[in-house]
Amino acid sequence: MLVRIAVAVLAAGVVAVAGQGPAPDGDVEKGKTVYVKNGCAGCHGLEGQGAPTSGPRITPPLPLEAFVKYIRAPRNQMPPYTAKVMSDEELKDVRAFLAARPKPAPSAVVP
Amino acid sequence: MDKKVPVHRREFMKRAAAAGAGAMAAPPFLQGQTASGQAAAPTPPAEPQAEAAETLTGGRSGSDFMVDVIKALGVPYVCANPGSSFRGLQESIVNYGGNAQPEFLTCLHEESAVAMAHGYAKIEGKPLIVLAHGTVGLQHASMAIYNAWCDRVPVYIILGNTLDAVMRYPGVEWVHSVQDAAAMVRDYVKWDDTPISLQHFAESAVRAYKVSMTPWAGPVVLVADAELQERPIPAAHSPLRIPKLTLASPPQADSGAVAELARLLVNADGPVLIADRAARSQAGMERLVELAELVQAGVVSTLPNTMPPIGPGRMNFPSRHPLNQTLRSAAAIAEGDVVVGLEIANFFGAVNSYRDQIERSSRPATRTGAKLVTITAGELSSKANYQDFQRYSEVDLALAGDAEATLPSLIEAVRRLMTPDRQRAIADRGARLAEASRAARERARTDATHAWDAVPISTARLAAEVWAQVRSEDWSLVNGALSGWAQRLWNFEKYYQYIGVSGGSGIGYGAPAAVGAALANRKYGRLSISLQNDGDLLYAPGVLWTAARYNIPILFVMNNNRAYHEEVMHLQRMAGRRERGIDRAHIGNAIDNPSIDFAKLAQSMGVHAEGPIANPNDLAPAIRRAVATVKGGQPALVDVIVQPR
Repeated sequence: MLVRIAVAVLAAGVVAVAGQGPAPDGDVEKGKTVYVKNGCAGCHGLEGQGAPTSGPRITPPLPLEAFVKYIRAPRNQMPPYTAKVMSDEELKDVRAFLAARPKPAPSAVVP
Repeated sequence: MDKKVPVHRREFMKRAAAAGAGAMAAPPFLQGQTASGQAAAPTPPAEPQAEAAETLTGGRSGSDFMVDVIKALGVPYVCANPGSSFRGLQESIVNYGGNAQPEFLTCLHEESAVAMAHGYAKIEGKPLIVLAHGTVGLQHASMAIYNAWCDRVPVYIILGNTLDAVMRYPGVEWVHSVQDAAAMVRDYVKWDDTPISLQHFAESAVRAYKVSMTPWAGPVVLVADAELQERPIPAAHSPLRIPKLTLASPPQADSGAVAELARLLVNADGPVLIADRAARSQAGMERLVELAELVQAGVVSTLPNTMPPIGPGRMNFPSRHPLNQTLRSAAAIAEGDVVVGLEIANFFGAVNSYRDQIERSSRPATRTGAKLVTITAGELSSKANYQDFQRYSEVDLALAGDAEATLPSLIEAVRRLMTPDRQRAIADRGARLAEASRAARERARTDATHAWDAVPISTARLAAEVWAQVRSEDWSLVNGALSGWAQRLWNFEKYYQYIGVSGGSGIGYGAPAAVGAALANRKYGRLSISLQNDGDLLYAPGVLWTAARYNIPILFVMNNNRAYHEEVMHLQRMAGRRERGIDRAHIGNAIDNPSIDFAKLAQSMGVHAEGPIANPNDLAPAIRRAVATVKGGQPALVDVIVQPR
């Protein structure tokens, strides 16, 4: 019944500078399904916006090759996602979903 | 909790009457022997005598005196789920004591009672009393006691028990009795005692209060024997007195070690102060600010059990002070050449990075050659069984003393060593830290704008919406942090504005501790806020009734992600490692199908409540209405469906 300590999942390498990377290549809707079903949203939020205590913002995503490389062999606390649980095609769809996320609101909305 | 039937205590009354008359009958095993041990001449059996009139009522009882003691300690409230093993004491509180100072607050679970006292003490700095059965009540209370122990918070527990076997009523009173009531929790309380006389009770009661308050503070247990409670105080009883309570001054670190630390800080290129339970008061916070500004040190406030990078903990330092580096803690600690932990439970975790992969590994998070220093009263208090002392830290200087109490002498020592040359040298450092702190806060604001309009609501949006409604009030965040967003977006300046987490990471702490803290905040007119996790509230939701029953104003905003989401992430980690079933991590962890309607739950207990709210645009008006209710002196709850994190 006791909760373990907070898991600080760091996947900073997955975050790219805004505007970086090629145009989305993959199926956004399929990517959304995979993103939610496979638990990416559990740490990074349903829109990839990140949370301080679990995982950083991952929108916009890294270029595809770096994106896949990091997820297969993360450097920090993030658990590995091998091709056995998420295929390259699925990762391409996930990346497309992340790349298609709406632009953030203007910072003035935050009080 | 089972309740027992009234019990006749004829035998006891006879004994008390005999004692009151100064008589002492020889026990059967001594009868027939003289003082010299020689056999005496046999005596004929006594004629049966008419039974004396049974005494059915008595005047002042032992528990009346116990109430005198509690009143002398100045404890304002007793939190308890009622129980027959302390019925004498409860009646004395209600009638003899007038149910004031202390007032008896009905709690619907012993775990809630202890957690309420825990939260109260974190605001007020003083313990409340919790009453519980020595058996089943303590078993319910034990996790909450462990939380208070790990959190170094004073809680004063009085257990009912009937030690004398021949006095127990057959049946329930036996299963509610125990040889050594405090044994079950002795590993995680500071002190306990089982007094066998009223004078013994008085002395131990005062001692228990003193022990609980001396840093490190912690829970204490006193057993109030049922016979001692219920027995009338004989007229001929020797005078009872309540000893004077004098709290111990908190221990300061050795002056030589303080001077050495001052020398390190004054000559450092990049001093960093990491504070966990360092400040107990506004004065403590101000002293930490003074020290940091004197040496232009970066300050990181941390939670006790977090893994690196460490996150914002209870209030030690203003969140928007230019030297506050908490939002960039990893970078700040890596830059430090002198890193000082102030009452930090997990210093190893603060100065090392740790990977939770198949092969667990750690490496220093500090720069090579950095001097590591700790100041903690924990050096003076150790137990072995429970492992809350965390991993051993290799440090260069370990000051055994209370951090807050040591700060004044450390500040003076630094002042004596500070020269104009050093002041000029450190001025630039302060400017750099201020810019880094400003940039980190700006990044947090930018991050918060992502998924701003998402449904379910992002935790950042919820934190921002609550802040918009409470920022102009005298507020106090008494539980929860919305995945750390509150500390990123709100402006924390006062010591009571965030009281941290449970200590032992035992779920079920949050809601009752929040109500206890709100009880303490009530007399100051503060707006108490609990950013309330759903799983936590479900452990003992009856505390909502307690809040309504006693007009304890508190705003609950549900962080309702419909899961034990921390465990979801743990299961994902396991499944990822094992390359299987990563989509099944919700099994065993989700709290849905059916989803729980927290608004209806709260309404059923007399609490104003709205929700569930899933559209972020509906948040502001609902929170505004709830704040108005709370400002009117009542609890309120807004159920909000949020994203997992």
